[in-house]
Amino acid sequence: MFEPAQVAHLSRLARLGLTDEELERLRAQLGDIVRAVGKLAEAPTGQVDPTAQVGGLYNVMREDRVVDGLTQDEALANASSHEAGLIRVPAIQ
Amino acid sequence: MSRQWEAVIGLEVHAQLLTESKMFCGCRAQYLGLPPNSNTCPVCLGLPGTLPVMNRAAVEMTIRTALALNCEIPEFTKFDRKNYFYPDLPKGYQISQYDLPLSLNGCLEFEVGGRVVRAGITRVHLEEDAGTLHHAGEIHTSSFSLVDLNRAGVPLMEIVGEPDLRHPEEAPAYLAALRQTLMYLGVNDGNMEEGSLRCDANISLREKGSSVLGAKVEVKNMNSFRSIQRALEFEFQRQADLLEQGRKVAQETRGWSDLEQVTVSQRSKEEAQEYRYFPEPDLPPLRVARDYVERIREALPELPRAKRVRLRESYSLAEDQARVIAESPEDAAYFEAVVEAGADPRSAANWQVQNLQALCNASKIRVADCRIPPVALARLVQLVDQDQVSGVVAKDVLAECFVSGDAPAELIASRGLAQVSDQRQLRELVEQAVTANSKAALDYQAGNDKALNALVGFVMAASRGKANSKMVSQLLRERLPRS
Amino acid sequence: MSLLDLSIAEMARGLRDREFSSVELVEAAYQQIDRLDGELGAFLRTTRDQALAQASVCDRELAVSPDGRGELYGIPVAYKDVLCTQGVETTAASRILSGFIPPYSATVVERMESQGAIALGKLNCDEFAMGSSNENSAFQQTRNPWATDRVPGGSSGGSAVAVSARMAAATLGSDTGGSIRLPASFCGVVGVKPSYGRVSRYGLIAFASSLDQVGPLTKTVADSALVLGAIAGEDPHDATSSQAPVASYQDAIGQGVSGLRVGIPKEYLAMGIEPGVRRVFDQAAQWLEAEGARLVEVSLPSTEYALAAYYVIAPAEVSSNLARMDGVRFGPGFGGATNLGDAYEHARHQGFGGEVRRRITLGTYVLSSGYYDAYYLRAQKVRTLVAQDFERVFSEVDCVISPTAPTAAFRLGERLADPLAMYATDLLTLPANLAGISGISVPAGFSDALPVGLQVLGPYLGEATCFRVAAQVEAAADIWRVGPETAGAAEEGV
Ligand SMILES: [Mg+2]
Ligand SMILES: [Zn+2]
Repeated sequence: MFEPAQVAHLSRLARLGLTDEELERLRAQLGDIVRAVGKLAEAPTGQVDPTAQVGGLYNVMREDRVVDGLTQDEALANASSHEAGLIRVPAIQ
Repeated sequence: MSRQWEAVIGLEVHAQLLTESKMFCGCRAQYLGLPPNSNTCPVCLGLPGTLPVMNRAAVEMTIRTALALNCEIPEFTKFDRKNYFYPDLPKGYQISQYDLPLSLNGCLEFEVGGRVVRAGITRVHLEEDAGTLHHAGEIHTSSFSLVDLNRAGVPLMEIVGEPDLRHPEEAPAYLAALRQTLMYLGVNDGNMEEGSLRCDANISLREKGSSVLGAKVEVKNMNSFRSIQRALEFEFQRQADLLEQGRKVAQETRGWSDLEQVTVSQRSKEEAQEYRYFPEPDLPPLRVARDYVERIREALPELPRAKRVRLRESYSLAEDQARVIAESPEDAAYFEAVVEAGADPRSAANWQVQNLQALCNASKIRVADCRIPPVALARLVQLVDQDQVSGVVAKDVLAECFVSGDAPAELIASRGLAQVSDQRQLRELVEQAVTANSKAALDYQAGNDKALNALVGFVMAASRGKANSKMVSQLLRERLPRS
Repeated sequence: MSLLDLSIAEMARGLRDREFSSVELVEAAYQQIDRLDGELGAFLRTTRDQALAQASVCDRELAVSPDGRGELYGIPVAYKDVLCTQGVETTAASRILSGFIPPYSATVVERMESQGAIALGKLNCDEFAMGSSNENSAFQQTRNPWATDRVPGGSSGGSAVAVSARMAAATLGSDTGGSIRLPASFCGVVGVKPSYGRVSRYGLIAFASSLDQVGPLTKTVADSALVLGAIAGEDPHDATSSQAPVASYQDAIGQGVSGLRVGIPKEYLAMGIEPGVRRVFDQAAQWLEAEGARLVEVSLPSTEYALAAYYVIAPAEVSSNLARMDGVRFGPGFGGATNLGDAYEHARHQGFGGEVRRRITLGTYVLSSGYYDAYYLRAQKVRTLVAQDFERVFSEVDCVISPTAPTAAFRLGERLADPLAMYATDLLTLPANLAGISGISVPAGFSDALPVGLQVLGPYLGEATCFRVAAQVEAAADIWRVGPETAGAAEEGV
């Protein structure tokens, strides 16, 4: 039920870099899973509101106060590449 | 051009809020000038496991802005994730608002070429800013980019305008009015160069009288009023040319190049992002209480247009004077303090707009921030109005005190610069003038009015500007009766 | 007999009475780890020097002032590797986080530390907690100490095994669809899934943000009550944490079940429960009835849609939550990629295992325009139905009971090829996550010499009721001191 191009598009959107072989295997599995979750269509959801969160909380906010964060060294400690305090990434294009 | 084209323009403005801390963490919202990546924490770095907690002040500032822009504030609002990958976006999604924003359906009135235009505001919503990217050279040719996350997570208000603008020149006028409103509200510093206020535009063309719209082009990278107008003028011409040639306008995103004064295609619609918005599970939604909204509404300051009208009407000011004085609420407050201190409103306006404003412009400061307190300016204006000091002297004194911070009235007294109105002294000077300029005196008596000016000028020079020029003229006329 | 066979209360008493020291406790734990973990694979890394140094500090402090300490003081514990620990590598069992050393600790870790608990190390799990068998770890296989050819259950497999094999007095895990309760059931330990928001998620590497909860795994119900009491409560760093006061869980234990109405959801028992598991369940129900509980058949009709809703909502949130794993601020790097697109794809392709890729893709799909309404939105509506079912049932009964899983621990590899069969492992546990209610799995017996857990589900913030019922079952079953044979093998070494 998934076209190869569709799975490839999803892989691209999610930056997964899947190989053709991986895409093909995933295509079959996704088909099975999506068929199974298609069960949702049978649920009596006509007049039902969606639930995005449970717990019923509203208006949870913090006061506008500055709190000490990380030093530059701490912020960069886990980055694979940095120079002059900036995180280095390959070119955009 | 064989047909008549009309532009349909809508602006999307992003404004950083003047909060103390970021939108979802305790890092500083004022990040300019800090060493790179020194204003971050696990939350705004998007480290695994971290969670956002909303800044109450940012919500309030957004509501304040929305009310000033005549928006409705729904009772329920929530935040959503806008998913896309970019190195300046630490979490791989921006926390923004999608289908249930903080406010909707407002409008902004602004003036352009003497007309009042009313443009709709689709919505004002709240989101977080991204970090900044630095490239070696141009973005498309550089082999790497450098990421600074000091700005990541700064509260950002997005103000989406309806496509109600019809001419490129309306865009900067709309933006100027919006910018002024934001600054009046104290929610944004209005700095377009530094990017704390940013503007994108949508422009499409239609034949005049037609309601069929052409493809919509989004224009980005405009960081001044001037570039906005130039970019839209360029787009208008580019699209009109295409249509004239019977060609299609592509729906796309284009970037304005200030250097080359052209727009360049950045992204076609096919490549357009799929953002996969969905409700942000880490933030409980907001229920915005009506009494809370009303309290914010009641506390709104007088807005620019209302202030201009009131200044004009209650102080009988000229339109232009009112505009300059109401440029910022602080300048307007300065003016009203000068009046409050006893100066005649129209004289005060003249002095503030013509003299003080010029000094401030030259020093790139605001009137409200200058070293002349309103009371001091009021005293100076009064001295001039009461003929106790000449306008020429007063102007020089103001310029000197502007730098030194001294009180003008005291300087006038201590230097003996008060205007000379003493009849005896003036008569002596008049006698000298007539003696030294006998030709001018004769000319005047022969009926040449202009000749009197030379005589007055002599007296003024001799008195080093202190002589009361009105009295000098009077005395000269008496001294040189025409037969 | 190892010191780690003791309950936490017994350990605390022993420490206070100077029968043994915290250093001895910690050393006993590491002896078990040294002896067993080569085969069981529960720990991804240990922090021995740090733990022993802390233990000796505890011992010194206890010598000066033995009273007034909490019961976790000087007790050896360990954390699932999805919990951030400042200065200690935290990977969520994923390659993409190899070498990631958090500059901060999860709130739950800080709370355990502030009580004086001593961290032994980080525990294996399914990659980013996605899985029911612990076979999705990028680094190692964790095995069930009761039968090492079987899975420990997932995703908090390491957390269950460490307790079951007496390598830690208590551990913390996370439960998104059953990831604490399931391995607790498979490994014969107690596991608690608190109500959504009862425990802070700050510092828990997110799997599905609207479903995730941190909870304890321990040998006894009382130990779990103790640990939950230590970690529960509002956290200013987690806007979804509940502001309600934390109940006194330990008081609930020993209250008995007389007069309690205990619901048995008929839909749960119709889910292909293995006979051996069914026998244990029926026995547990009888015990409760014998102690004065009233058993009531109840109906949760939306159960049949719950799995589908879960496998839409959880992947949707995953696809977004894992977007930050882009190799920029942390992670093993871009492998020499020369443009950003390749760099992202390199980092994520190398970094993510098959199950994670599967769920990210699925989540990307269900959030795409054109599919959002049919899948994501509808799943959120089903979620409402599931929550309404529980609300209605909890107006009739105080709690509901069921087997924790339809089967006991299955064999390694058995369900790997079939994602849907694997997903069905969580059928009985995931509705509680959708509804955000409280739940616990307590060892109730054995099926073919494999442990079987009883699941007790309570209302939102109804943890005390769960503890009350679970404690009764624990007392009747009287098996908590029975460790797996592999754990017992260490006795000679003590
Ligand atoms: Mg925006
Ligand atoms: Zn921050």
